[in-house]
Amino acid sequence: MRNNRRIVDHPVLGKLSDRKEITFTFDGQTYTGYEGDTIASALLANGVRTLRVHEESGKPRGIYCNIGHCFECRVNVNDEPGVRACLTEVKDNMVVKSGRVLPSPLVSTVNDTLPRTYAEFIEQQEDKKGEV
Amino acid sequence: MYDVIIIGAGPAGLSAAIACREWDVHVLVIDEFVKPGGRLLGQLHEEPTGEWWNGIEETKRLMNKAESLDTDIRCGVSVHHVEKANDGFVVHTNKGNFEAGNVLIATGAAETAAPVPGWTLPGVMSIGAAQVMTNVHRVRVGEKGVVIGVNVLSAAIARELQLAGVNLHSMMLPAMNPVTKEHAHPKKVMDGLSRIAHLAPSAFLRFGSRFTKSDFVRKVATQFYPKSGVKMWGMPIHLRKAVTQINGKDRVESVTVFDVTADGKLIKGTERRIEVDFVCIAGGLYPLAELASVVGLPFQYLEELGGHVPVHNEKMETPIDGVYVAGNITGIESAKVARAQGTVAGLSIAKKHVAGKADLDYRLLQATEQVKTIRNEATIQFHPHISEGREKMEQAYRRIVNA
Repeated sequence: MRNNRRIVDHPVLGKLSDRKEITFTFDGQTYTGYEGDTIASALLANGVRTLRVHEESGKPRGIYCNIGHCFECRVNVNDEPGVRACLTEVKDNMVVKSGRVLPSPLVSTVNDTLPRTYAEFIEQQEDKKGEV
Repeated sequence: MYDVIIIGAGPAGLSAAIACREWDVHVLVIDEFVKPGGRLLGQLHEEPTGEWWNGIEETKRLMNKAESLDTDIRCGVSVHHVEKANDGFVVHTNKGNFEAGNVLIATGAAETAAPVPGWTLPGVMSIGAAQVMTNVHRVRVGEKGVVIGVNVLSAAIARELQLAGVNLHSMMLPAMNPVTKEHAHPKKVMDGLSRIAHLAPSAFLRFGSRFTKSDFVRKVATQFYPKSGVKMWGMPIHLRKAVTQINGKDRVESVTVFDVTADGKLIKGTERRIEVDFVCIAGGLYPLAELASVVGLPFQYLEELGGHVPVHNEKMETPIDGVYVAGNITGIESAKVARAQGTVAGLSIAKKHVAGKADLDYRLLQATEQVKTIRNEATIQFHPHISEGREKMEQAYRRIVNA
């Protein structure tokens, strides 16, 4: 079932009125959404959570703030890169592609042990304590 | 060349546009979302009177009025720079540059992050993101989730998710780390919750009233907070449980939870996992003020108003001639206050253009009084000392303008 994560009946907001269906693709797969959807809402309605991977680590990312501030949801739309899925209205025949890993020009040549995340920082602190 | 460009089509921006158009001021309203209304769109709660505050309907009302006055409103326009020019301002956007004699910055608020390891996994989102998905786009954010962060905003939105049939397991605190600090401290969170005590309907009332009395009572209540949480609309709210980690490979699969002491320290041996497929993080709101900074406005840090706020007076004027602010950029308050502030800003701008109208002076005075009335009648107080914060800001404005 596609486009099935909709809140059709709402006790206060009422029934989801007939919206015009539109068709678009995401990474080559065809999906349907409703007119007025953003790319992010149309994809989530289809159960798609991962919109890109971190450009360097390849770890998956999805929407976070959903109002354009965090830039976590950037995708490629009709060949334009870096478009925020949460602020962009999905259109008929739109071609959307997820963000990919990019070649890194800055691969460290030295044995780099600096922490990359807070979790790693804590881990290293614990390790240091263990050494002493 | 416009008389004024209004940045933000939320309750403040739209009502400012309406006030301007009523005096035939040439206005352009821009907003980066796909539809007008701002964060008002997602709001849905029951008032003490039993009536529903429905943000979609309130937005329609504002839009009908604005459209009847031929207001130029453009969505999908993002502003990245505002520049002072010889006879006004240049507003730089993704759709080109626009020029205007005046600028009203009504950009609203953004959510403070309360990050927990694992928060970049797909399926983790801010509580406001879930609100927009649920009420605006009508998309279920998941099958079963938890809310991390207990505050006025997250309690209200948790109720909205419940109303839409979204299954919330519980609300809990984030584990203490250098960023989450006060959001992870049970007693401080309890102090914040006492502010929703007066809220209708009864579930909020029953929940909040346990904590309102005195600081001492709240301290004791935190100490002896029930292990099973306190239920609000059937959903447990935990102040003595904290999420230390969000787990999953490619998406959220579970959260790791610990019991915590009354001052937020993890209790060893209490670790357990709760299976969920989504997580909402709620760290509260702060004024979204980058453009005010870019245009060169001075700032004040006022905790009562939610953080760094551009200096302004109660007429929504700033120390820079031709730059105005309104709504949550001036301090975190309800949409009703934002809407009333918008009217003030619109009238202040109109006054500059339609000089010598005694009627307009009177209307502006009335509108500034109206803001205070609405503030005093507010159902949700985001900060208990909001009026003091407003008074401090007024003094800061006078200090800077007289210097």
